[in-house]
Amino acid sequence: MLNIKCPYCGDRSQKEFAYGGDGTIIRPELNKDISDEKWDEFVYLRKSPRGKHIELWHHIAGCRQWFKVQRDTVTHEIFKTAKMNEEIK
Amino acid sequence: MSQSHRLINEGLINRNKEIVFKFNGKKYIGYEGDTLASALLANGVHLVGRSFKYHRPRGFFGAGVDEPNAKLQIKLNNHSEPNVNATEIELVEGIEATSQNCWPSVEFDIGAINNFLNKFFPAGFYYKTFMWPKSFWYKVYEPFIRKAAGLGIASLKKDKERYEHKYEYCDLLVTGSGPAGLSSAYSAAKNGAKVILAEDKPRFGGSLLTDDVTIDNLSGKAWADKIITELKEMPNVIVKNRSQVFGYYDHNMMVMFERTGDHLKNKPKYTPRQRLWYIRAKEVLLSTGSIERPIVFGNNDTPGVFLSAAAKEYIKVYGVLVGKKPLIFTNNDSAYETALEFKKQGVEPVILDTREEQSSELIDNVKNQNIEIKFSYAVIAANGYKKVKSAQIGKLNKDKTGFENNEIIECDCICVSGFWTPTVHLASQSGNKLKFNDQIDAFVPDKSKQNETSIGASKGTFNLKETLEEGFKTGFEVSKNITNNNNSISIPNSNEAKKISHDKFWCSPLPKGKNFKRFVDFQNDVAVSDIEVALREGYRSIEHVKRYTTLGMATDQGRTSNLNGLQLVADVEKKIVPQVGHTTFRPPFTPITIGTIVGREVDMEYMPIRKTPMHTWHKKNNAVFVDAGAWKRPRYYKQGNETLFEAAKREAKNVRDHVGICDVTTLGKIDIKGPDAAEFLNRVYTNAWLKLPVGKARYGVMLREDGIVMDDGTTTRISENHYHMTTTTAQAANVLSHLEYYLQIVWPELNVNVISTTEQWAGAALAGPKSRDVLAKLFPNLDVSNEALPFMGYVEGDLFGLKARIFRISFSGELAYEINIASDYGLFMWEKIMEAGKEFNIQPYGTEALSTLRIEMGHVAGPELDGRTIPYDVSLEGLVSKKKDFIGKRSLQKEAFNKDGRQKIVGLVPLDKKSSIPEGSHLVVDKNAKLPNPKLGHVSSSCWSVENNNPFSLAIVKDGKNMIGKKLFAVSPLKNTAIEVEIISSHYVDHEGKRVRS
Ligand SMILES: [Zn+2]
Repeated sequence: MLNIKCPYCGDRSQKEFAYGGDGTIIRPELNKDISDEKWDEFVYLRKSPRGKHIELWHHIAGCRQWFKVQRDTVTHEIFKTAKMNEEIK
Repeated sequence: MSQSHRLINEGLINRNKEIVFKFNGKKYIGYEGDTLASALLANGVHLVGRSFKYHRPRGFFGAGVDEPNAKLQIKLNNHSEPNVNATEIELVEGIEATSQNCWPSVEFDIGAINNFLNKFFPAGFYYKTFMWPKSFWYKVYEPFIRKAAGLGIASLKKDKERYEHKYEYCDLLVTGSGPAGLSSAYSAAKNGAKVILAEDKPRFGGSLLTDDVTIDNLSGKAWADKIITELKEMPNVIVKNRSQVFGYYDHNMMVMFERTGDHLKNKPKYTPRQRLWYIRAKEVLLSTGSIERPIVFGNNDTPGVFLSAAAKEYIKVYGVLVGKKPLIFTNNDSAYETALEFKKQGVEPVILDTREEQSSELIDNVKNQNIEIKFSYAVIAANGYKKVKSAQIGKLNKDKTGFENNEIIECDCICVSGFWTPTVHLASQSGNKLKFNDQIDAFVPDKSKQNETSIGASKGTFNLKETLEEGFKTGFEVSKNITNNNNSISIPNSNEAKKISHDKFWCSPLPKGKNFKRFVDFQNDVAVSDIEVALREGYRSIEHVKRYTTLGMATDQGRTSNLNGLQLVADVEKKIVPQVGHTTFRPPFTPITIGTIVGREVDMEYMPIRKTPMHTWHKKNNAVFVDAGAWKRPRYYKQGNETLFEAAKREAKNVRDHVGICDVTTLGKIDIKGPDAAEFLNRVYTNAWLKLPVGKARYGVMLREDGIVMDDGTTTRISENHYHMTTTTAQAANVLSHLEYYLQIVWPELNVNVISTTEQWAGAALAGPKSRDVLAKLFPNLDVSNEALPFMGYVEGDLFGLKARIFRISFSGELAYEINIASDYGLFMWEKIMEAGKEFNIQPYGTEALSTLRIEMGHVAGPELDGRTIPYDVSLEGLVSKKKDFIGKRSLQKEAFNKDGRQKIVGLVPLDKKSSIPEGSHLVVDKNAKLPNPKLGHVSSSCWSVENNNPFSLAIVKDGKNMIGKKLFAVSPLKNTAIEVEIISSHYVDHEGKRVRS
């Protein structure tokens, strides 16, 4: 069970969170033309990197905020967590 | 012959408290503080079980977690548990223990014939034999394997014991209370750290309980007692005995199980039997010690063969002699300590040392006591079938590959020591790649991947002085980094006999012409010859050898066998052990009960239950409940001997004819507020939301980004910037997360807040032609006419002084309203509605009637919105805006979603107007066609139409648009039905929607 630091609440057990997938995906803007390929890429295609990965987590049993987590997919080490408007480099 | 092997003085047991217990039906007496093993040994009982494969007689071998043989079936307080380790279970009055894996008895076991047929049971026997013919598998092989496999018998009775879970956080978790654990816990605690010290055994002290050492001028045990007493008094320390840390998980999550009640005959009320601890530790100190490993020799599994440290522990802790004529067989100094303990008790041991004549403090001490030592000697084989009677021994030749002679020596036990193996399980579980230390011929922890440090014997430090230094230093340094305190304590002086290096001898060679079985793994009956067969047959990877021979795969995880197994593979392959590598260590370290894992989450506590405020009323009125997620919803209200079918029909008909009331509290409710709320809804829903006036509700559909319908419901504009959204019961949590995702991540510029209000409002649906009459009576001061409160209108009313929200929405096809009131008044509202509705024949209706009503009118729900349908499929395409963009819209352009012949919802009526169509039935053209019969669609929802008095179903069918009027078969292989049906419109009641607008 991971220990995740919610940027709003602090260290909490994984039990309180829901996983939200790749945190680098940007939804295409509304009302703009987009090719089938680009749209499909947004909806379906996700990388499954080995190593560092920026992902979304949702503090569902806490403050209900979505935030970013940089985690190693092999060791589960968490390097950094950040609010949505903060950068993780 | 009571307690024939009990010593008069030695030991830590309570001789004032006798405990009566049974083993294989016979009564014995032990003392408080005994384990089942020590009590049996005190009574001279050695034969406890039969081995797994060959059914060879087996006795005790270790004194704790190292025990591979003594797994017993334990009965206590009407509760039976298999595979309990006799060396770990504490003696409790009334225990009835029985041997496993033997029939008819442990003394005479039919299965022992396997021992004499053992050439038919080589390594990989199962793989080789049970391959063919295929038809034999179910009838012959599987029953045979099932009977042969497994040891004890699991109880079929419900486990009535109480188990608990506990969560704890600390700076430092110390796993084991030997010298390393005590010193590190003590120095960290003195430095202000929050410490948990866990000890697997009932007594603290580890090796200090049995070793002849002094610390701080006290005996090892006295020093341990002193430190523990002090630790127990410190507010920043939790000290736990009978508590084993068995798993090391991510981010220093440690899992420990505590045997809170197993040692108590009568537990106080609410004391659990066992407790599982989840401990998040900033740092973990692994002071798990080491386990003695055996030297392999012929018939080394005969009862009466012990690890030498176990023999010493039986004397020192339990006051029990494992034999009165011991033969000690060693390649190192530590067995000499066992010899000295025997001697102290007036027993004369003989020592065989594989090393050439040596001198060391211990050896000299033994020599001075006139104990016989035979250097360069080894045990060839044990003699005796059910108990060691003598041993064949021999003088080793120069290179130790054979014997120069062969003698018989009388003995009643053989205490063997092949040096020490650090217990590295937790370190390995933490991700620490182990390295081989050829000084001690064992694996030790290497670089830490998590915040863990091994200290003392678990990292190969076998010297007391160094162990204490490591403990005090590590405890201080680790705590300093956490607490920033700087209180170090001086390391106490210590004294122990110096030891010299061990001999790498690990397995006695077979004399020419002899074919003794030499066991490497006792629990799984893996002998040297089995591993040799595996290697001969081409198995190379140690992981493959392990699986093929089952070496180390038993519940003892090969604690005493792994290294010898590796050594053997290395010898045969002409490699060294580190080249062979080791197999994976996995939690749990020792078996734990399923009850502990489950904890309190059983029966009513299996999952949380959500009840609406009207629950007590429903119960009083014979509601039969159904689970809707965590909610309990009335399925129907049973009258007399009614069946579900009859009740649902009655309740639904009453709605169509008069008026019904349904508890809709469980619907998801989300409050949406903010100046951009309308814009937000416009993006979330497929239809237009910008122009919804205040005081109006609208039905909306939301999609996922892939175009699939996610949920539907009505949203009402309460005031300018305030909306009240409803979701289906099932999707309430998902929809809220979905909205939060878009507000927080995708469109943070929108000024909108959302919050769940599901639990804040109780809801009642009032449906039927008479519903307006009931409403008017409830709200005498409110104009509820069709003009003042039209279809999809919203008003607030005063219900006996309480603010009520009234929505004119309908999911039944009838004139209908939903009334919401603050949850606390839900029951009050319900009772008032029932009272007002009495004269109009009001009746409550449950989810079954609710379904009937919605199916009849063709309103889609969960079975249609099944995560595979787009708006067109469920005839909601009219709600898809062509003008604006919204979540998932782009996906609707997908070719497959726009193809001719796309699936669509339809209605179905059986031609005979009688046969109910099972949900899930497949629609086919020819019911007798050859399989696989081409499927045109499936039946999603079925009901008995109360409007038309015949069965009616909804189905999603290929090219449904052009199928109206066609006849198909609805086949259900599951229910064995094939019903001819006609396809009709999905709206079976009030096509034009006149009633809802009346
Ligand atoms: Zn939070």
